Amino acid sequence: MSTLVKNIIRFALFILLQVFVLHQVQPLHKFITPYLYFLFIIWLPFSMSRGLLMFIAFIFGLTLDYFLKTPGLHAAACVLVAYVRPFLVNMLIRQEGNEQNYASPSIVSMGWAPYFTMVFILTLLHHGYLVFLEWMQFGTFLYFLGKVLATTGISMLLILITEILFFRKEKFRTNTV
Amino acid sequence: MRNIFLFIRKFSNFLFFLVLQIFSLYFLFTYNKFHEAAFMNVAGEFTGRISQRYNNVQYYFQLKSTNDSLVKQNTHLLNLLRQNYEAADSSTKFFTDTLRVDSLLTIQRFKYYDAKIVGSFVSMQNNYLTIHRGSNQGLPKGKEWGVISPDGIAGRVVTVGDNFSVIMSVLNRQFKVNSMLKKGGETGPVSWDGDNPLYLRLINIPKSAKVAKGDSVITSNVSDIYPPGIMVGTIAEIIDDKSSNFYILKLKTATNFSNLQFVYVLQDLQREERQKLEDPYKKGK
Repeated sequence: MSTLVKNIIRFALFILLQVFVLHQVQPLHKFITPYLYFLFIIWLPFSMSRGLLMFIAFIFGLTLDYFLKTPGLHAAACVLVAYVRPFLVNMLIRQEGNEQNYASPSIVSMGWAPYFTMVFILTLLHHGYLVFLEWMQFGTFLYFLGKVLATTGISMLLILITEILFFRKEKFRTNTV
Repeated sequence: MRNIFLFIRKFSNFLFFLVLQIFSLYFLFTYNKFHEAAFMNVAGEFTGRISQRYNNVQYYFQLKSTNDSLVKQNTHLLNLLRQNYEAADSSTKFFTDTLRVDSLLTIQRFKYYDAKIVGSFVSMQNNYLTIHRGSNQGLPKGKEWGVISPDGIAGRVVTVGDNFSVIMSVLNRQFKVNSMLKKGGETGPVSWDGDNPLYLRLINIPKSAKVAKGDSVITSNVSDIYPPGIMVGTIAEIIDDKSSNFYILKLKTATNFSNLQFVYVLQDLQREERQKLEDPYKKGK
């Protein structure tokens, strides 16, 4: 399957999963909202230019927003994730040149610890920005802090489960041949 | 000039980032203020259709509770029928009030539209519902209409599309409704604090009022989008605020939002006349 088709299917699946499964879960506490959808942006290929990455993230976030009737909220957070991702990839990649040898960020291409460091930082940024925008309209500082931490915890758990359940085998590509 | 181009080229990614951020924040803040967003109507049609597919399946799981609440409402309405009342006392005479024949619709204030809910959320801080009725099905565009469920108030319409409309649920930080205690008649605003989708908050009830757990709270006579007497909730907890002379009351919502399937949209036919009268005084404020 080509990368384009694969990512289009992922786009639809992540949106549907977020809207019709995770957002339909009865709220456990006001601090906890299960978010998984932004994993789509983390999974996009290395080879994408930053402009394209941000543009796709914007469209992706806006699509979710129109379902949840919060136009702009998730789009802003998604664009931030897409903007920061290349910095972190450059910083955390295990071996120089791995971004040419592998297609996209994963446990195989980056290693367990660097990959989850990247995911953790991006998750924290995403939720921090998302809740900050909410906090500007209402809520207290405790609400902000509690919600960011609790939501990040739940998201990390969901991402860990997803990564183990749908383990992505990345082919090692080399251009020496 | 050359330096400007060099600057733009060097920081093109960052500038693009800023542009996208400005777009998103512009969307967000205009929507929060006026509930109008770019492409919301087009997108609403699209997301509405997908939500409807999902609802077709999910609806089956709630048929029983939906049916129960509709039957309960039917019973309540049947109890109001004139035929049910018969006095043994022959000096009492029933006759039809002539005012009730209103063929020119001059005194009708509220017109009801039924609507099927196709999308609903309770898990966010600002929750919205999507209904499958829009301007093509007779719902007038451009105004805020009250929305009630068979059990009580549900929200108010914020965007009317062609076939789908968006409702701001009672479970929304921006929602406010003027309501009163059914027993004493003390009024106060009801809002949601984002904590638990089962409970609302009623403030400004003076401590002189008699309140008890389980008392009903209904929409007040001055509410501008609901008729008076619609259930809002029942008192679940009385919080005695030591720093003021008012109670804070925790209300259990009359409507169960997690399995809501049908709502009624109320068109206020006398809204324009009322607004025309009130507007000059509101502007002066």
